[in-house]
Amino acid sequence: MATLSVSRAPLGGFSFENCKRNAVLEADSAKLGSSVPAARKTGTTICGIVFKDGIVLGADTRATEGMIVADKNCSKIHYISPNIYCCGAGTAADTEMTTQIISSNLELHGLSTGRLPRVATANRMLKQMLFRYQGYIGAALVLGGVDCMGPHLYSIYPHGSTDKLPYVTMGSGSLAAMAVFEDRYKPDMEVEEAKRLVRDAIAGGIFNDLGSGSNIDLCVITKGNVDYIRPHDEANKKGVRTGDYKYKKGTTGVLTKVITPLNLDTVGEHVQTMDTS
Amino acid sequence: MAAAATMMFGQEQMVSSNNDMAPDWTSKEVSTGTTIMAVEYDGGVVVGADSRTTTGAYIANRVTDKLTPIHDRIFCCRSGSAADTQAIADMVTYQLGFHSIELDEMPKVETAANLFKASCYRYREELTAGIIVAGWDKRRGGQVYSVPIGGMCVRQQVSIGGSGSSYIYGFMDANYKPGMTKEQCMELVTNAVSLAMERDGSSGGVVRLAAISESGVERRVVLGGQLPKFFTN
Repeated sequence: MATLSVSRAPLGGFSFENCKRNAVLEADSAKLGSSVPAARKTGTTICGIVFKDGIVLGADTRATEGMIVADKNCSKIHYISPNIYCCGAGTAADTEMTTQIISSNLELHGLSTGRLPRVATANRMLKQMLFRYQGYIGAALVLGGVDCMGPHLYSIYPHGSTDKLPYVTMGSGSLAAMAVFEDRYKPDMEVEEAKRLVRDAIAGGIFNDLGSGSNIDLCVITKGNVDYIRPHDEANKKGVRTGDYKYKKGTTGVLTKVITPLNLDTVGEHVQTMDTS
Repeated sequence: MAAAATMMFGQEQMVSSNNDMAPDWTSKEVSTGTTIMAVEYDGGVVVGADSRTTTGAYIANRVTDKLTPIHDRIFCCRSGSAADTQAIADMVTYQLGFHSIELDEMPKVETAANLFKASCYRYREELTAGIIVAGWDKRRGGQVYSVPIGGMCVRQQVSIGGSGSSYIYGFMDANYKPGMTKEQCMELVTNAVSLAMERDGSSGGVVRLAAISESGVERRVVLGGQLPKFFTN
């Protein structure tokens, strides 16, 4: 008889279940001479603003592993619900999984309530989870969306503190982006002006921060409509090579040509059928 | 000689984060550097705070609201780790709301203070939270309770907290008198918080005030340009 295992909700506090397993894996891989892969961080510039009709979220697209660019075009604006999106900075895996977990829980919650989820609900769920892990989940998020109460924008830090503001920036390029916002932000902007401001803020991060780069993604959320613009601006297009080191055909003159056919006999034949059912 | 010189320099070096190339605000936890205070007057309390939240040397939020409503007539002023204080305040808001519904009565300020004390004391090793609980209830009127780091709970007529409070102990001792009116208290709190903001690097922004009494809560913001000006050396 198969035994059913019921998954319990976490009792609270940090779950240390996988720490022993991780220690064993690390020791094993060290014996073989290889090291545990370093967590990939998104150096990142992410930001968001509240404008007249809703929210504009922006992000760069560079993912770094130490000083190497691991992904030149990664997507940092994650789906939470049809009316809520979340930009993520910090450890790439943490932002990806955290947003997916909360997105899934919000969908179930929405089926219970029968309503479109509110941004404040997503904020609560995210901050309570991050606080439970005491900052060990390295996810710094910019959460934005439009619900029945209007447009809302939150910044969420890895330890679980949140701020509700009209404009926020996060990531290693946040200072460069915030400089642009502090200079040009006005309440109740039009959509094109808002998109331009976010684009310029992310560009500030891309060109002045080593951890951010490549393209600019935008996400415009208004009541009843989401514009996921990826990419909005290919700020760093790969250049076309002006010269070529290839030698033209005929540069090396051919003196003699010798052709030797190789006579190969079939020694044996073995057929392995594949189960393609 | 050169070898000896380098050894000495090595000893003076501080052990800091793994990557010294990355600025400190990428790794430091968010803290409300802060100046917070609460003052009792006849008929209620006045609470005040600055509005700066820092991650290391970067100001993450320059318009923070550190005066958090816990119930209709009870507020708390938060200082210390932003995450810890927000989490505790959310928990106490829930517990107090539940308790109030069970009681079918407005909760006592003393109850709110004890709920804060319970969480702050039990998890004192893990938390960095300095909280001032202030409000009005019909049994004892305006009350201020201080719940500093460590989880002690004591009622005071005036309480100041946060990193900026160190600079205004003398000012408060000299200028607070029992029996002041609401407007006098508002002015005192504004002046005190402004003085602290001037001297403490972790405090700044605007001054947020709230006056809590039987009739309700009156919130005020004193913006940068309107802050009282004192002698600047």
